Amino acid sequence: MTSATHRSAERIGHTEQGPRPLPPLAEPRAGRQPETVDTVLENGLRVIAARHGAVPMVELRLRIPFAGEDAAHPARAEVLAETLLTGTERRDRVRMDTDLAAVGGTLQAVVDPERLSITGDALASGMETLLDVLTDALTEASYPEHEVSGERDRLVERITVARSQPRTIAREELQYHRYGDHPFAREVPQAADVAEVTPEQVRQLHRDAVLPRGSTLVLVGDIDPEATVETVRRMTSGWQAAGAARELPALPEVVGGDVRLVHREGAVQSQLRFSAQAVPRTDERYPALQIANLVFGGYFSSRLVENIREDKGYTYGAHSTFEFTPDNGTILVDADTASEVTAAALLEIRYELGKLALVRPSEAEVESARQYAIGGLLTSTSSQSGLASMLMNVAALGLGQDWLSEHPDRLRAVTHQQVAEAARWYVPTAFTGVVVGDAEQLGEQLRGLGGVTLP
Amino acid sequence: MVEPQPHRVTLPNGLRVVLAPDAEPGSTAPGGPPVVGVSVHYDVGFRSEPEGRTGFAHLFEHLMFQGSESLEKLAHFRHVQGSGGIFNGSTHQDYTDYFQVLPSNALERALFLEADRMRAPRLTEENLRNQVDVVKEEIRLNVLNRPYGGFPWILLPPVLYSTFANAHNGYGDFTDLERATVDDCAAFFDTYYAPGNAVLTITGDIDVDHATDLVHKHFGDVPARSVPERPSFAEPAPSGESRDRHQDPHAPLPAVALGYRLPDPVGELDEYLANVVLAAVLSDGDASRLQQRLVYRDSLVVDVHAGAGLMGAPLDARDPDTFTITAIHSPEVATDRVVDAVDSELERLATEGPTAEELSRVTARWSAGLHRDHDRLVSRTLDLGSTELLHGRAELVGELPARVGAVTAEEVASAAKALRPEARAVLEIEPTGDADGGAA
Repeated sequence: MTSATHRSAERIGHTEQGPRPLPPLAEPRAGRQPETVDTVLENGLRVIAARHGAVPMVELRLRIPFAGEDAAHPARAEVLAETLLTGTERRDRVRMDTDLAAVGGTLQAVVDPERLSITGDALASGMETLLDVLTDALTEASYPEHEVSGERDRLVERITVARSQPRTIAREELQYHRYGDHPFAREVPQAADVAEVTPEQVRQLHRDAVLPRGSTLVLVGDIDPEATVETVRRMTSGWQAAGAARELPALPEVVGGDVRLVHREGAVQSQLRFSAQAVPRTDERYPALQIANLVFGGYFSSRLVENIREDKGYTYGAHSTFEFTPDNGTILVDADTASEVTAAALLEIRYELGKLALVRPSEAEVESARQYAIGGLLTSTSSQSGLASMLMNVAALGLGQDWLSEHPDRLRAVTHQQVAEAARWYVPTAFTGVVVGDAEQLGEQLRGLGGVTLP
Repeated sequence: MVEPQPHRVTLPNGLRVVLAPDAEPGSTAPGGPPVVGVSVHYDVGFRSEPEGRTGFAHLFEHLMFQGSESLEKLAHFRHVQGSGGIFNGSTHQDYTDYFQVLPSNALERALFLEADRMRAPRLTEENLRNQVDVVKEEIRLNVLNRPYGGFPWILLPPVLYSTFANAHNGYGDFTDLERATVDDCAAFFDTYYAPGNAVLTITGDIDVDHATDLVHKHFGDVPARSVPERPSFAEPAPSGESRDRHQDPHAPLPAVALGYRLPDPVGELDEYLANVVLAAVLSDGDASRLQQRLVYRDSLVVDVHAGAGLMGAPLDARDPDTFTITAIHSPEVATDRVVDAVDSELERLATEGPTAEELSRVTARWSAGLHRDHDRLVSRTLDLGSTELLHGRAELVGELPARVGAVTAEEVASAAKALRPEARAVLEIEPTGDADGGAA
């Protein structure tokens, strides 16, 4: 279409020399472990500081366990997260942003049913400013009347926008389907509840729940870990409280069962979301399960992706991931498919689940997944931001840098037999879930397939 | 921090190579993590697609992962991931990139994989039909089934531009995608995927001499082919305001996008950078002009964003490029109130210029953002490659913080003054579904 005298596709695909052999891998070079301090301060705050990376930056992650049973909690927590950084005695919203900008810094707060998360970064030379703005908000946030009312109104509209996103709808439906009325299911608050939130309720929630004991602060970057911990100790000394931050109550076990079809008017594509119970990350069976999961759908070279994308073209992406909370772990499988092929994709997903559980993965599959898991840990923690997030993820489970540095050896030790045993977590009857799409187009095909509750 | 100067090699077949090691050769300083980044940028993007073949550049990108002479279908993925690495590709206005990030012991394997598909990709009917289906699912996922899908990068260009090259949908129409043939693929490959039309970038835990030897070994015998003369995509700036409306059945709230023409990113780089600073002054952070005015003071919009570059990042294309301002707003607020408020903030900046504090905050955040971005090997690799391709100088990446820092208040005022109502596009998104966005 562009070159008048181009070669044919057949010619293009062949050279005189013919196919060439794949070069072997060279000897791996060991990475250095970041110099890390992991300690608990007098106020109960766990601090992890690591020297890492080549750029003059520092990454900050703060996790405050923030669960609440009260039906009004999600709305109050959402308003709190939106207004935590909008005013203190010393700073209004613009001053906060301006002080951070002066050191190339940013801070954001988000909340979910499990935790209040604050993430930030700044030039390493500006770490004290970053910590000063953060602790100012933690200890002195004032939740000004006009900021709370403004954010409340915007939140009502943002929630509407969020609930128009297919992935948000599907996630919410899956959460209610597998956890019923457990607080973990309440990820997006109801707009009507948000509209009721008062500044005084937010201030009260801050006093009750924004607590250092049980919380974790991670700092990673071009920093001296020992000195950093001392700086944090000094700067957070005013953050004191008797109680401890609130962890999520234990989750009920995910029980396999029928998939529920959820109607979405005018959808041209369906969201398939499935889940099964797994093990916590700390479980000794986890490394084998991690490898089994990769073989199933945890990376591009997996059975599920090769089947429903690369062979059949049903989807752009299919994934199988874990969701870890303290003391719990589940498997999440997702794919988005055109309405016409939704039932066919569901059939293939069930087929691959059954096949993994019943037919031993090959040596090559296990070795590829093992190398990917080991290499993935290396590449994802090679940046400051990646290491900070990973340290926080494992810190939430009571683990530290040691667990990360020992994990490659754990993966290397996994036997083929252990992977085959872990694969039994994937029996199709262990899974339940939802399909969100146009029920008028999907109803008949899914009814025929069975195992689906129609609206 | 001064970024190390990249090393450069050009092979006899025309392939340009940029090498950026963590540590300089001979240095005793410890290197970074044992990870390497490898990317190939081809000098063709969706602006080069002919009429009747919208979306072809992106579709072709998918086919480059479907096997080559030495590699069966699926082998590329398996070899990269089975070596512990990650991969992807993406199609932009003026280039298409492919990348891998892997443990550094897999460097030779990565170069082999890239060389094999540059030399002899396997372009088959079966793979083409399969990837047409996959791309259609990608478009359903990112555009058709999603509120605000393709906003503004697909919807705004036809309002702002008049030539096919600049105005068409880079994801492509389904009918065009379905019409694509294997012979189209062969022609596209032979025209645009010559080694002389590409830049290979290698970064991270490498030794420059060793990596250069491996490049010669694997890419040296990719035959040279003629490189097409790059057409100009220039077209006159709009001479009036053009408006259009788009009906979105999934969107719960109306939205608006304003599009303006930018100075030539290559030929008028400093003027372009003044627009990058302007965008940050307008919408970066709670203290920025549009956040303060439109979100916090007047409560007109839920969300507002200003930026240089159609695809969401500056310096990602050649001329012509687009300055965008987008906002999602309440149904009670008329579009013109949002547009008028933007105009009045631009007018204020054009007259008074930004304050010294605004300029310094932008500079500090820009430098920090660049450091942070480049701490991720994948970003550093891709940035060096695209900068070498578009500007001919990967070094520019390291020079940008200083050049952004040198932008003056007057230059920002001039940039604001150039964003005139009589030379822009206004695109409105009109929600046409249920009030709850279509969810039952």
